[in-house]
Amino acid sequence: MKTFFRPAGRYAGQALVYLLFAAFLGYFASAPKYTHFPPDQALIKLSLAHGAKRVGGCRRFTRAELQEMAPNMRRPLDCPRQRLPVVVEFVIDGKTRYSAAVPPTGLSGDGPSRIYQRFAVSPGKHAIVARLRDSDRSEGFDYETTAEIELAAQQSVAIDFRQEMGGFLFRW
Amino acid sequence: MQALQRPLQAVFNVLEGWLDRPFGPDWNPLYHLGALGFFYFWVVAVSGIYIYIFFDTGISEAYDSVEYMTHEQWYLAGVMRSLHRYASDGMVAMMMLHLVREFSLDRHRGSRWFTWFTGVPILWLVVICGITGYWLVWDTLAQYVATATTEWLDWLPIFGESVARNFLAPYFLDDRFFTLMVFLHIAVPLILLLVLWIHLQRVTKPEIFPARGLAIGSFAMLLGLSLFWPALSQGPADLSRVPAVVGLDWFYLIAYPVVEIWGAGPAWALAFGGSMLIAVLPWLPPLRKRSVAQVDLANCNGCTRCQEDCPFAAITMIPRSDGRPFEREAMVDPELCTSCGICAGACPTSTPFRRASAFVPGIDLTDQPLSDLRQRIHDGTANLTGDRRVLLLGCAHGIGTGKAVADNVAAVQLPCIGALPPAFIDYVLSRDLADGVFLAGCKGGECYSRFGLRWTAQRLTGQRDPHLRARVPRERLGQLQAGARSGKHLATAVRAFQAGLPQRPPEPESPRTREAETV
Ligand code: HEM
Ligand code: SF4
Ligand code: SF4
Repeated sequence: MKTFFRPAGRYAGQALVYLLFAAFLGYFASAPKYTHFPPDQALIKLSLAHGAKRVGGCRRFTRAELQEMAPNMRRPLDCPRQRLPVVVEFVIDGKTRYSAAVPPTGLSGDGPSRIYQRFAVSPGKHAIVARLRDSDRSEGFDYETTAEIELAAQQSVAIDFRQEMGGFLFRW
Repeated sequence: MQALQRPLQAVFNVLEGWLDRPFGPDWNPLYHLGALGFFYFWVVAVSGIYIYIFFDTGISEAYDSVEYMTHEQWYLAGVMRSLHRYASDGMVAMMMLHLVREFSLDRHRGSRWFTWFTGVPILWLVVICGITGYWLVWDTLAQYVATATTEWLDWLPIFGESVARNFLAPYFLDDRFFTLMVFLHIAVPLILLLVLWIHLQRVTKPEIFPARGLAIGSFAMLLGLSLFWPALSQGPADLSRVPAVVGLDWFYLIAYPVVEIWGAGPAWALAFGGSMLIAVLPWLPPLRKRSVAQVDLANCNGCTRCQEDCPFAAITMIPRSDGRPFEREAMVDPELCTSCGICAGACPTSTPFRRASAFVPGIDLTDQPLSDLRQRIHDGTANLTGDRRVLLLGCAHGIGTGKAVADNVAAVQLPCIGALPPAFIDYVLSRDLADGVFLAGCKGGECYSRFGLRWTAQRLTGQRDPHLRARVPRERLGQLQAGARSGKHLATAVRAFQAGLPQRPPEPESPRTREAETV
């Protein structure tokens, strides 16, 4: 095949192309740097998976209802599977940063409610109040935690919830 | 769609032209992007196996073992690590260029849809390989990748629990996640290899390794880059801190800024929607299918040449069905055939010297048969005069021969230059239909139908059957040189050829009268 350059020139040309491609690969393999979080801020993550109480209590099946069921499916109690929403309030330095009634997951609404929230805060001391309701009461909360935490820039803390351990937990 | 393809094609045309000069067509990277993709894959595989030997699975062990490779054993494991990273990036670059180029050249529609369509899962698999790879290092970049990926995944309602919770704080971190990542980082590349194999099921003799010069050059580049600019970790992961600034590998991790800016849902929509759009491109709009190659059993002796030459695995040889004393016969799978006509150019029965009524080759395109080509050659050359009459045979996908490029030149088009049986050249010259024959294939020297130019070159030099007979005066045969890529190049080359044609000795009797008898 005919080419237009003499061998030396050809190889120099090839080297140039390889050099450019190497620079392209080498550069974009780790640059330009990407800032996905303000470096002068700290991070609080609120994340929990908790199932609230069921929507209602159990009731006895009536006689007629029991008659209609297949014999092997008969059971005395009718218990709803659906759960209540979990209501959470999250306050940083007196300001409510998050407040929501989070519905349960799962097709029949019987799974836990899930929350995953990120809050950027300035470094320093912060007063944190976290509240959670998982019952059918109409006012107030079943759990409440108050804490003062100190965070440095780019430090991260997670707030979790464990009923069996008494409520909210700070995970450093 | 052409409005998109044209400008892309123009860009490739310019770039290919630049690279043709130093590289020549055999080494021009842009003509061998698929092969280069494979080449980088092999480099990744070999270097990966080596660094896996030194890699330890575990929360602190992973980072430490990578540090050991990078700093203590920099001369081998460190270089291997860098090769692993840069070859992976090179693979992405080749893959994307390959995708855009195949699209711009319209090589994704019609029967070629399968190869394109099976390319789409490759995109996903390659990216997954990269993400799991960066995860394993467990430096701050890995930490970012882990949280960003799991937060993004959690948006999809597929996992029973939140995956991102595994990376909330040091307390949640578990070795078992690394085991999963190591498994994925080995399993996904193997699946990728399988899908690559499927990708090439409809491509005959696929180029899965580049020419030696191109391979050596590419490897030398990777090695130089690895020594000069070694791949480094970005400090150990620490889930009690936010890695606010990371050095992203933009080849693999470009999705993360998109997720951050647009949100998880729209980013998924873009990823799935984009893949879907790419997957259906072959039907936007569908290629109007030309009639495919058809075998004429009465003329097929089962020689297998058409099967050998078909670039798209469309021909199989099956046991003889008509009782004639041959072992096999050719059979065309219409689903695979791209109507390139290369098989007709390969068949030993495709000789125009046969009488018109009987000119049915063993295999031919029904809507553009060779008998028709012969007629068009007769019609086109009938108006030529003098002793510098040139017949220009050009390919439909080439530079184009629509306009006559010079006086006294008759242009006749074929579906592919490889669809020309060499006997036609002999025919034109020996019947004195023209004083010279000029062949113009695809531009640059890379064939739209993959093998048209290569088979033609081999047939003309006698390396491949059917070959051009020795009696044909080679000085009366001209060819477009590799590297030519515009109408201007073509016109210049044809005129130069025409001007250089040797003068014919005066002949006693006009040969035209002879020809009239035979056809
Ligand atoms: C790293 C990934 C990939 C590798 C290594 C690869 C490799 C190859 C190779 C070796 C060929 C045969 C070329 C030849 O010998 O003529 C080929 C053809 C092709 N590839 Fe890929 N490929 C990759 C990804 C893709 C992707 C993502 C797409 C598009 C979605 C794609 C679309 C095509 C098409 C349309 C052809 C057919 C060309 C023809 O029919 O002439 N490939 N590929
Ligand atoms: S025209 Fe012939 S060579 Fe071309 S794809 Fe069809 S069968 Fe194969
Ligand atoms: S090249 Fe022609 S003769 Fe040979 S197998 Fe194919 S169709 Fe038959």
